[in-house]
Amino acid sequence: MINVSKIKKGIVIDHIAQGQGYKIFSQLKLDEIEDVVVLLRNIPSNKMGKKDLIKIETEIPLDLTVLGLIDPNITINIIKDGLRVDKIKLTLPLKVTGILKCKNPRCITQHEKVKDVEFILADAASRIYRCEYCDSHTSL
Amino acid sequence: MKNIKHLIEPGDFTIEELDSLFRLADAIIADPNKYLDRCKGKLLASLFFEPSTRTRFSFESAMLRLGGQIIGFDDPAASSTSKGESLADTIRTVGCYADIAVLRHPREGTAKLASKYSEDMPVINAGDGGHQHPTQTLTDLMTIRHYKKRLDGHVIAICGDLKFGRTIHSLVKAMSRYEGVRFIFISPEELRMPSYILEGLDESTYMQTDQLESVIHEADILYMSRVQRERFVSEEEYERLKNYYILDKEKLTGAKDDMIVMHPLPRVNEICEEVDDDPRAVYFHQARFGMFIRMALILRLLNMEVEQ
Repeated sequence: MINVSKIKKGIVIDHIAQGQGYKIFSQLKLDEIEDVVVLLRNIPSNKMGKKDLIKIETEIPLDLTVLGLIDPNITINIIKDGLRVDKIKLTLPLKVTGILKCKNPRCITQHEKVKDVEFILADAASRIYRCEYCDSHTSL
Repeated sequence: MKNIKHLIEPGDFTIEELDSLFRLADAIIADPNKYLDRCKGKLLASLFFEPSTRTRFSFESAMLRLGGQIIGFDDPAASSTSKGESLADTIRTVGCYADIAVLRHPREGTAKLASKYSEDMPVINAGDGGHQHPTQTLTDLMTIRHYKKRLDGHVIAICGDLKFGRTIHSLVKAMSRYEGVRFIFISPEELRMPSYILEGLDESTYMQTDQLESVIHEADILYMSRVQRERFVSEEEYERLKNYYILDKEKLTGAKDDMIVMHPLPRVNEICEEVDDDPRAVYFHQARFGMFIRMALILRLLNMEVEQ
């Protein structure tokens, strides 16, 4: 078993479903920050069988709202002086940019290069979002 | 970015703004000569990436009657998009020349995208695929207001291709904001109203059916549209369903005496010609309102109106 020491200040993203860790790593653009980041995959877990986990030792605030869309069961722990000072409960974001793609073949976003297409939460129960351009429904 | 207003979908104007626009159109109808030179020196870009007769002529007539001028195309092969130019670049370039742009495009959401690249030129959506057609809705609302004297409290039966009918999507979005309006959506299962439209409605304000005859007696307004043959996988099914939606004199006998029959036109065979003489048929008058309301819209978006 590989051991990764506790972080002093930053964020621990825990209980990530096995295999989803890299997706979250990419979505949060963690490859672009210069602080220490660790992605652990396939960690044995009593609750989940196996899980992924990310530790980020940083002082930079990260926009974590998108994680609610990827997996609302993820746990986010905020660490200060080596101790957990906050635990963030994830909810579905009301607006999402950059992770969803419109599936309507008649939508302009399928035919032109459109940056930062925004999707608006249409139905929280079924996790359905609406394209800001054509109003079509889509989900992850 | 300057504080300019676009018309991309009906919700871009509040009910109060719409009322004010209708009053301006009334004033133009009452005294069109007063507005003859109001847009002198202004240029409208008419960008039609998809064929149109009614909407394009209506906008171009509106601008000419306001004393303005027009540039544009009605065939995308004649524009630089045929060379691979992006919509964003086309709009930014047109914005260097024109004061206002009218855009029709087969792709849904195009007008919204164009508006994001238009810093000081208002963009008007003249139809984006099967999505929205807000200026047809202005025409429809003017028509309803004229014949029914108000916009609230009506039962509106909408019949035909509800899935791909952009004029219908915009009409429902606009009319659902008025108090007491109820909808009856009449279509075959395959052409039902898209979920994004239904989700914006209170469930108690609409019903869906595939039978015109059984509900026509409830309607204050019957809005007909064409059932599009090309959408059906089975020719047999089309043949079975199409006759439900051919409005003839016999079906009209079950309707209220003061009901009005509307249609965005062009009509194919969904309204028999024998209905044209019925006093309830107002679809040809609808088109007339279209030019005046577009004159009002151009004036409003260009901030060129005279005091009323």
